Amino acid sequence: MLKFEARPEASRLMSVASPLLALAITVVIGTCLFMILGKDPAKALYVFFVEPVKSLYALSELAMKATPLLLIALGLAVCFRSNVWNIGAEGQFILGAVFAGGVAMQAGPTTSHWIVVPILLAGVLGGMCWAAIVALLRDRFNANEILVSLMLVYVADMVLNYLVYGPWKDPAGYNFPQTITFAAATKIPRLVDGFRTNIGLILALLAVAGFWVLLFRTYMGFQLQVGGLAPAAARYAGFSSRRALWTALLLSGGMAGLAGALDVAGPLGQLTPHVPAGYGFAAIIVAYVGRLHPVGTVFSAVLMSMFYIGGELAQSRLGLPKSLTGVFQGLLLFTLLACDTLIHYRIRWVAARLAPKHSTTAAKEA
Amino acid sequence: MESFALLLAATLNAGTLLAFAALGLLINERAGIVNLGAEGMMLVAAVAGYATAFHTGNDWLAFAAGAAAGGLMAAAFGLLVIWMNTNQYATGLALSLFGAGFSAFVGIGYAPEKLSERTRYEIPGLADIPFLGSALFKQHPLVYVAIGFTIALTWFLYNSRAGLVLRAIGESPESAHALGYPVRRIRMLAVIVGGALCGISGAYVSVIYTPLWVEGMVAGKGWIALALTTFATWRPIRVLLGAYLFGGVTMLQFHLQGEGVQVSSQFLTMLPYLATIVVLVLISRNESFIRANMPASIGKPFFPGS
Repeated sequence: MLKFEARPEASRLMSVASPLLALAITVVIGTCLFMILGKDPAKALYVFFVEPVKSLYALSELAMKATPLLLIALGLAVCFRSNVWNIGAEGQFILGAVFAGGVAMQAGPTTSHWIVVPILLAGVLGGMCWAAIVALLRDRFNANEILVSLMLVYVADMVLNYLVYGPWKDPAGYNFPQTITFAAATKIPRLVDGFRTNIGLILALLAVAGFWVLLFRTYMGFQLQVGGLAPAAARYAGFSSRRALWTALLLSGGMAGLAGALDVAGPLGQLTPHVPAGYGFAAIIVAYVGRLHPVGTVFSAVLMSMFYIGGELAQSRLGLPKSLTGVFQGLLLFTLLACDTLIHYRIRWVAARLAPKHSTTAAKEA
Repeated sequence: MESFALLLAATLNAGTLLAFAALGLLINERAGIVNLGAEGMMLVAAVAGYATAFHTGNDWLAFAAGAAAGGLMAAAFGLLVIWMNTNQYATGLALSLFGAGFSAFVGIGYAPEKLSERTRYEIPGLADIPFLGSALFKQHPLVYVAIGFTIALTWFLYNSRAGLVLRAIGESPESAHALGYPVRRIRMLAVIVGGALCGISGAYVSVIYTPLWVEGMVAGKGWIALALTTFATWRPIRVLLGAYLFGGVTMLQFHLQGEGVQVSSQFLTMLPYLATIVVLVLISRNESFIRANMPASIGKPFFPGS
């Protein structure tokens, strides 16, 4: 029978190999799924893994979808490393978009391009405010942050709906639930003409460097991680768990809000009920697949972006529902967690029947 | 008066579906396992139940299908968490994310379909009592089953030997292991039973409560059920009462809308979510009270021989 045996120390090889192994298993399951559905698996895999990197334009789209995922996942990585379970990044993303949209709506034809700066700052503020509620309720009242942050996603969604169906509805919009289209000045500057990738990508890459420094080169980052790995040790060392909680939540909220602002003032250009696209939830997977490491999240954000684009292409080319993306994302996280067991344990084949009957200790172990 | 009776009836209806899920999660948590995948299990069970009811026309088969779907997903969760020692929170989240995607994927063909005419239930005689009849005695049988199950679960947890073992495992898996109980097998069983109950709840949503299938239709009820176990300090009777309370809050929004209250519908839709947060804050404020009632090993892995 199979038996897990604790490794003397965590395997460095497996911690890198595990995401790859998980991806391989996900692809195998995906291939089976395509065959069951009567689709050519080769064609389906092509749509998911080749099409998104086939041309410069496709690459630009890939980077554009990866940007919000990367930004949110960076914040979440800090949260999860500090053992703060913020799973409501989606709500913080929405509030970021709402705050940014509120500023962007003020712009007119004569507004300077610099309005992009207050738009992005408003987004960060919006996300931080929403995360601050979670931090406050956890800090003051010990309310579980998992449930509070998740409940606030639904509340944020309703706030957005209220605004676009109510006070912020475009009076000239034929009663559609949407705000006015923001003035041209609010558009997040693009990097190259003809491609939709914008300066958000640069910000995200700078953030990767920033978060790497924070986590691995600052005292604050050290405190956060000790608090996550060994709360008792952190307490003994006098590290404030309250400060860690606030730092982690405000950072991740701010990052999610920034992503929301970049999305609403970038490709969307107005607020609609369709602003929430599930990036906040997908980013949880990005953070984990990226080993909660800033550099790792770059790769996993690109991978998850491929899933998004592949899902859309599978819908138009193969007639499969777009929700396929969610199936693969969930599967990937699930298999990853399973594969991660191999970091701390190795599998041994144990011939159970051959164990001597009188050896009671062996029986108890099994 | 009649509208109040209907509100009461709707409250019991909405409360019942929360109760099944929350009681399932309570069994999990009493064994020391937190399954954040409730929402995902309920969604997949909702699709499974809806598809079964649509093809067979039999609601009871639909509940069985829902329970099987929930139990199967819970088994996958249990396999990872109990036998492979993965993080309970992360694994539960993975289950929720997978369930959301998978149910949307499988259910897409059922979105335009309608179920056949729903059976109307009433208890003969009692249903004719004015007010009480329409409030209490024209309910789906599962509404009464939920009450009976809650009482049975209370008896099981506090008066039976097996219940004592389950609670012992939740308090101290090491001690239970030392006494020779198969901790991991019992935990696995608890997780599967909990998943099956979440599955019944999910099928109730799509077959009885709303009767239709819409992507993401569980709309946070799985998470509210998770909050309910804390709210009820892990006591079955309190879980049931809490479920009715939340059912009432959910129904109040429709009632208020019907009465023409001048509040945007979005704010009314927020009510159950805000109520969950408020209740969590109120109950968690007293940290020592929560700690005294919470199964001590909750969320902590147990791996014999490590």
